[in-house]
Amino acid sequence: MVKLASAEAAAQKKATRAAFGATLAELADAGVPVVAVDADLTGSTTTKKLADAGHGDRLFNCGIAEQNMVDVAAGLSLAGNVAFTGSFAVFGTGRAYDQIRNTVCYSNLNVKIAPTHAGISVGPDGGSHQMLEDVSLMRGLPGMRVLVPADYAAARAAIKLAAATPGPVYVRMGRAAVPCVYDDDVELEIGRAYVLREGCDVTIVANGVEIREALLAADVLAERGVSAEVIDAFSVKPLDGETIAASLAKTRCAVVAEEHSVVGGLGSAVCELAAQTCPVPVELVGMRDRFGKSGEFDELLAYFGLDAAAIVEAVEKARSRAGLC
Amino acid sequence: MDTAQLVGKATDIRKDILTMITEAGSGHPGGSLSCTDMLTALYFGGVLDHDPADPAKVGRDRFILAKGHGAPALYATLAHAGYFPVEELASLRKLGTRLQGHPDSNLLPGVEVSTGSLGQGLSVAAGLAAGLRLTGEAGCVFTILGDGECEEGQVWEAAMFAAHQRLGRLIAIIDNNELQIDGCIHDVCDPGDLGEKFAAFGWDVVRVDGHDIDALVATLGRLKAAAADEAAPVAVIAATVKGKGVSFMENQAGWHGKAPKAEELEIALAELSAAVA
Repeated sequence: MVKLASAEAAAQKKATRAAFGATLAELADAGVPVVAVDADLTGSTTTKKLADAGHGDRLFNCGIAEQNMVDVAAGLSLAGNVAFTGSFAVFGTGRAYDQIRNTVCYSNLNVKIAPTHAGISVGPDGGSHQMLEDVSLMRGLPGMRVLVPADYAAARAAIKLAAATPGPVYVRMGRAAVPCVYDDDVELEIGRAYVLREGCDVTIVANGVEIREALLAADVLAERGVSAEVIDAFSVKPLDGETIAASLAKTRCAVVAEEHSVVGGLGSAVCELAAQTCPVPVELVGMRDRFGKSGEFDELLAYFGLDAAAIVEAVEKARSRAGLC
Repeated sequence: MDTAQLVGKATDIRKDILTMITEAGSGHPGGSLSCTDMLTALYFGGVLDHDPADPAKVGRDRFILAKGHGAPALYATLAHAGYFPVEELASLRKLGTRLQGHPDSNLLPGVEVSTGSLGQGLSVAAGLAAGLRLTGEAGCVFTILGDGECEEGQVWEAAMFAAHQRLGRLIAIIDNNELQIDGCIHDVCDPGDLGEKFAAFGWDVVRVDGHDIDALVATLGRLKAAAADEAAPVAVIAATVKGKGVSFMENQAGWHGKAPKAEELEIALAELSAAVA
């Protein structure tokens, strides 16, 4: 089983984005030819740490020009560099979708789209900045791998995986500080899902910030005598069909929780898997085909029904539909 | 090659462009014919350092066809240069071909990056120039953009970036044929004088007759020899004629994306032959 954070470490909170620049610096120190291309957000995305670590020549600031950012990264990769893009998810994917599709993916270039501030974690900035469709957009692209790390350590592992894996990779990071789930030096694999808690009454598949909510929900359910299996599907594409289908076959029902639209993201991926391999009732916790709005992150989680309470409710519904309660 | 040989090569490429598009039944003759002479100058005029036997040669000059719909011109040029058999040109746009409707770098040797969605090639070229500087690899980066393509906002994002980064090994040729699908660029949505615009963004600008092969070879050769890191990138505004070389196609927007009929091809080939006879 994958190594998890100690109780003491789990009490610490760190944002996934904080791992971005720090890990790039770590890789550059180790001689990996990483470069970062950002769009006037080097402090917020933390790509600036690459320059702070003495690798200023490896950080390119395009100004507020995300389309150029993605294709400059494409060009840098053609010269043998491992190119990461930055910016916020709403701009770094949505605004530059055609660049990611037609240049990065169609040419199968060694470019890593690694935006931060995804989902509702940007909070007060409001709906214009809360990207909730990016996983859907990226998952639909042939050849793109999609990673949604749950905490700092997983984000660090994801950046390292992206650098070590030839071709396009998407790494989705958030703004908000979230509790540590994994051991600091955890190593993850693309295409693997990780069972964080074993259970037999329901499968909760989650990723990103929803891992925290899923674990809290599992605690509440345990008090009610419901044993929940919590799986981190940090690799949305490729999805670990084996691990997830095995869990569905065991529990006979599932809830998928993501800080993303229920259209096209992890929920859709798990439903596609279930329908084709192990058809059981699946309930989706996510944004229900709507835009976000201003508010603090934790307030928004509750407001939009993305918190532990919403997951518990969805579990009851899934179990009821499966005839299990 | 001397001037007559270069003109002969350009004529052969034009004939192949028209023949392959006719055979395919679709494609973009107008913009392919307007950029044929600059491609001939680059690949046969001794400008590009490249090796068809080793397309990934370290230190080569890089070429990106930003206006990807000019693919037939690039394909014919690459075939004549020896990247693949000339006979393969007849497979253009057919199922299973390496000669996709727009260039696919995963299929065809000599294509550095896939293009087709306009406005992206200059950014890729700029990133490539920055990357070569960073890695210490030799080589200039050449790209050909359409003038209509310069209506894409991303072109100016790239122009700003390349000048700011002082990417002096980047040489962008603008195929200034003044036509786009819907008509004259000045009528559709006027991008103005492109030379003045690139200059305003901090580029060095050179103007050249885009069909004068000697002038193209001399200009591009001189710019390459002078290219250096930490200098301004260079825009070559090449005055061209869409459909160049075929009387009924010249300056006709309607020939942007239309294949000739068999009888039209015959007339076109005869005209091209007569011009060099």
